[in-house]
Amino acid sequence: MVDAAIPKLAWHGVSKHFDGPPVLDGFDLSVEAGRSLVIIGGSGQGKSVSIKIALGLIRPDAGYIAIDGVDFTALDAPSRRQMMGRVGMLFQGAALFDSMPVWENVAFRLLNADRLPRAEARARAIETLDMVRLAPHVADLYPSDLSGGMQKRVGLARAIVGSPEILFFDEPTTGLDPITGSAINALIVDRVRSLGCTAVSITHDLASARTIADEIAMLHRGKVVWRGPAGELDTTDNPYIRQFVDGRTEGPINAEV
Amino acid sequence: MAQTDAAGPNWLAPVNAIGRATLSGAASVGKVAVFAGQAIRACLTPRSFPAQILRQLWQVGFLSLPVVGMTIWFTGAALALNVWTGGTRFNAAQAMPQIVGIGITRELGPVLAALMLAGRVAAAMASEIGAMRATEQLDAMTTLSTDPMRYLIAPRLIAGVVSMPLLTLVANCFGIAGGLVVGVQVLDIPPQTYIQNTIDYLQNWDVTSGLIKAAVFGFIIAVMGCYNGLTASGGARGVGRATTQAVVSSAILILAADYLLTSLFSRMN
Repeated sequence: MVDAAIPKLAWHGVSKHFDGPPVLDGFDLSVEAGRSLVIIGGSGQGKSVSIKIALGLIRPDAGYIAIDGVDFTALDAPSRRQMMGRVGMLFQGAALFDSMPVWENVAFRLLNADRLPRAEARARAIETLDMVRLAPHVADLYPSDLSGGMQKRVGLARAIVGSPEILFFDEPTTGLDPITGSAINALIVDRVRSLGCTAVSITHDLASARTIADEIAMLHRGKVVWRGPAGELDTTDNPYIRQFVDGRTEGPINAEV
Repeated sequence: MAQTDAAGPNWLAPVNAIGRATLSGAASVGKVAVFAGQAIRACLTPRSFPAQILRQLWQVGFLSLPVVGMTIWFTGAALALNVWTGGTRFNAAQAMPQIVGIGITRELGPVLAALMLAGRVAAAMASEIGAMRATEQLDAMTTLSTDPMRYLIAPRLIAGVVSMPLLTLVANCFGIAGGLVVGVQVLDIPPQTYIQNTIDYLQNWDVTSGLIKAAVFGFIIAVMGCYNGLTASGGARGVGRATTQAVVSSAILILAADYLLTSLFSRMN
């Protein structure tokens, strides 16, 4: 049984620097099971790095990631791969494998990690494509045949095919027109609720954040400068949030052009 | 008075530059060696991807046959003419079939096949894997519980090591056939005589040593292609740079390994 006091996912004092100043500097954040957390912040403030560290794609210089209270960072590679079976990720550019048809993209985990027979994996892929409102004929197309919105839907189908416990979304609406962006947001909300999973998203798009978030955290210079319910985004007087939401150049955030 | 900075007086600048370049070179060699070790381990661990291995055998081996075959055929033909011309100067022209056979199997077959493969395959591996890295496909693979070392790198390494000796075997036949055609058509040597001379003087070790070299070259091509692809950074320009580096570094390593192996084999034989 999962202890309700233990967050589903937590960053504990995570620091990371590449060349230059730290991208994350003692970053602490957690999300409860079944909640949707959106991390907002300007470009280069460490949003993508925070997600990549949570996924084990980048090793932190200090601190650790806990999933259900277990230190994910300390696990060996096979255990980490096993843990990956519990997460799904929708990448900013969808990151579809362009040498494979859509159905193989969606069924990649089923074919290669779970070793399901091809016919069964294909059936599951088509079923999942239907969940993101893509017709069965799309299954045999290649990623290059799809529009940006369709690629995001395929990416979402690939992320949810294994019924993950935690879903990550990296800029889910970037590069999409407002209508397609709204459709993707609605799909994300719908899928996260129906799967009952925990969601962590990063975005610049405040309309998207308001739609998909239960809670919002703002990241600035590698630290969380505000965290609160999505409904408080427009009422808080936190100077960082006010400047970011109003899009002003004056304030504590230095606009770098 | 000589000017100085944090690194020392200016006259030491060339020494500093040489030191930095040496350290950087040593670091690169270390990184490639670690990567090669990881790739070998990925090949030896039980969870393999047979469909990927077959796909790579097709890409690396079968699809390289035309370019390798043509290259060695023409080289065999040119070698035959050169040996004949040179041999007539000291009454050794009759040894042309034997020299072509030995030259092709011990040296030109494996080396030219490897250089052609470095251009075709190492470049393709570096650009494909580099583009996958630039578009986060490698990260996506990891999040889908699949290790890119096993799914992408191990099949390419296996295909390189298996395909190169097979390609070299075919290349040897093409090279000797090139010499045969020149011998028969241009120099009026009876085909039976040419073939008999080649078979009589060719030893098993001539062919075997060439095939061992080919396996090593296949390893070098796959490792350098994959390593440069995996470490590509900086978008399309970075992928282009990685592709060039893959071809250049494989070609240099192939020639260096060729000398070392030839030297080793000559002591053994």
